[in-house]
Amino acid sequence: MRKFLFQGLLRSPLTEPAPAPGDAALAELAGALAQASHRRLGRSLSIRAVDAGSCNGCELEIHALGNAFYDLERFGLRFVASPRHADVLLVTGPVTKNMREALERTYAATPDPKWVVAVGDCAFDGGVFAGGYACVGAVSEVIPVDLHIRGCPPDPTALLQGLTALVERRS
Amino acid sequence: MMSLRETMRGGCAVERSRPWPRHVIDQTGWLRAIREIGKGHGDMLGLWSDGAEVHMLILDRASAELGIVSLACPSGRFPSVGRMHPPALRLERAIADIYGLEAEGSPDPRKWLDHGRWGVRRPGATPEPCAAGGDAYAFLAAEGAPLHQIPVGPVHAGVIEPGHFRFSANGEVVVRLEERLGYVHKGVEALMVDAPLERAARLAGRVCGDSTVAYALAFARAVESALDIEVPRRATHLRALMAELERLANHVGDIGAICNDASFSLMHAHCAILRERILRASHLCFGHRLMMDRIVPGGVAGDMALEGAVALHALLSGAKKILPRFVELYGDTTSIQDRTVGTGRLRGELAQQYGCGGVVGRASGRAFDARRHPGYAPYPELSFPVGSAHAGDVDARVWVRFDEIRASLGLVAQILDAMPDGPIRVETLPAAGETREGAALIEGFRGDVFVWARLGAAGAVERCHLRDPSWFQWPLLEAAIEGNIVADFPLCNKSFNCSYSGCDL
Repeated sequence: MRKFLFQGLLRSPLTEPAPAPGDAALAELAGALAQASHRRLGRSLSIRAVDAGSCNGCELEIHALGNAFYDLERFGLRFVASPRHADVLLVTGPVTKNMREALERTYAATPDPKWVVAVGDCAFDGGVFAGGYACVGAVSEVIPVDLHIRGCPPDPTALLQGLTALVERRS
Repeated sequence: MMSLRETMRGGCAVERSRPWPRHVIDQTGWLRAIREIGKGHGDMLGLWSDGAEVHMLILDRASAELGIVSLACPSGRFPSVGRMHPPALRLERAIADIYGLEAEGSPDPRKWLDHGRWGVRRPGATPEPCAAGGDAYAFLAAEGAPLHQIPVGPVHAGVIEPGHFRFSANGEVVVRLEERLGYVHKGVEALMVDAPLERAARLAGRVCGDSTVAYALAFARAVESALDIEVPRRATHLRALMAELERLANHVGDIGAICNDASFSLMHAHCAILRERILRASHLCFGHRLMMDRIVPGGVAGDMALEGAVALHALLSGAKKILPRFVELYGDTTSIQDRTVGTGRLRGELAQQYGCGGVVGRASGRAFDARRHPGYAPYPELSFPVGSAHAGDVDARVWVRFDEIRASLGLVAQILDAMPDGPIRVETLPAAGETREGAALIEGFRGDVFVWARLGAAGAVERCHLRDPSWFQWPLLEAAIEGNIVADFPLCNKSFNCSYSGCDL
């Protein structure tokens, strides 16, 4: 263990420079966020991830945000264990009907001001699962969405571009 | 008395079922097959329905032969397999929810996938509109004065998939865990009906995102079996390369995540770095970090990029250097060992009974690996050890993962060395021309993924069933956690790492 710890002290970090916020994300966010909330929360956002029927692909890439290359927390963004602690809901999946109520309740349990980021093509419009008996489709059909991050799944850079846009726009 | 093998070969053989025969047997044969499996003469590797018949994939232990037996259900009922062989229970409940076929005599007739939210009942048969307000669910009782219940989920604390766990605990000790899944049911089997092959392959690749390569490969091989086509050698090697990269990325990530659930974050951080490097190399080679949609019926969608091989060699040399240090870090840190050794022990008999595949089965002594048996190209040409252990605890599941990482690194090197030149895809798939059936059993990182597909004369999918390895692992988590403390559940759960989406379909 000592070797790992020494190495951590001596070697330069793996963390890569931040990607510029995505233009599309900024455009979508324009006007959606109030300056007042920024004064209240600063440049720090707590994120609660909700899988509303994803295949788990999006979750894998959301997980990757925490590794040393992307290091999400340097942007003041962190994942929290309860919607009660969250400012942002990160929702994935084509919202299965079996998850609809859980998603609605999670949204209701998140205190205002709050934002919803829909991650992945399924969350955008149901993706390949659209039209079945078991899925609602887009997340926006169930709760209001402030930002979409497309992709199947979006890679961590795309996720970072979207999420930093949220912080930038608010600052 | 007929043996299981004779029963599997009895009745009426279905033409055009590849690569394993399918026999439609009568009720007596069905009951005999169940009894033989219940006695441990065979493994039930799948139980599914197409609405008219129920099908069972059986591995006969004596002859190691695979076969599918089917029973027609004109009256909407079939004798329950789960009554004699509990691993079938949830599969039967799923069949009842989707197709309305009732498992007669089943000790657990509760609904499984159908939470009363779809607005229809029996969507796979004759859909019947109903209210979508949700059904009450009767959890199994655990009674006694000091017992209390802890409900967890479906929305969990981490970035993971949704499911509900109901713990009955006596103080800190878990007396009973009951899982309730189905939250991410997306109706994949219904979406498969009449889907053209291209769309069906995309759907198969999205049943379970972390096993997208395994599922796409299983689906492709099922279709190729049905159509009697052989894919070019270069394609089989590229497929195996993707499959091993997927296995590596998941096992490395899992070891880190298991340690993280015992708050050993140093290991987690370093595993996450290696995992990221694997995903980046995969992206360089195949243009997608998870390699989604890269395997298609007939071969692979695109060749490996030129810089891919260089990236993989760099990855291999880096991984070979760091892996012994991971082993040392895990093995020599007593505080993590204290949490993992003896925790969440899964008995070998249960792993055998459930036909439990993957790391979970192998860590409890069930040495099944679909790459070895039934085997598929190019694995018979390659040499690789299959990890195994007998302790059956969280620790054993970590060590088996280490074994498999080593084996996969060796496989990637062998595949790169032996990579044949030539075409990567059968350009035009032959027309089916008639109804044909194909099946495949593929070793994903979780265990054996089974896909069965029936193609119509025009070539589109008529029916397709995809069975995740977790069907036979989830119930065992309930057994493994018994007597452990509630705080060790995340550790046990992560060491199993069952799929929600794969089972919920």
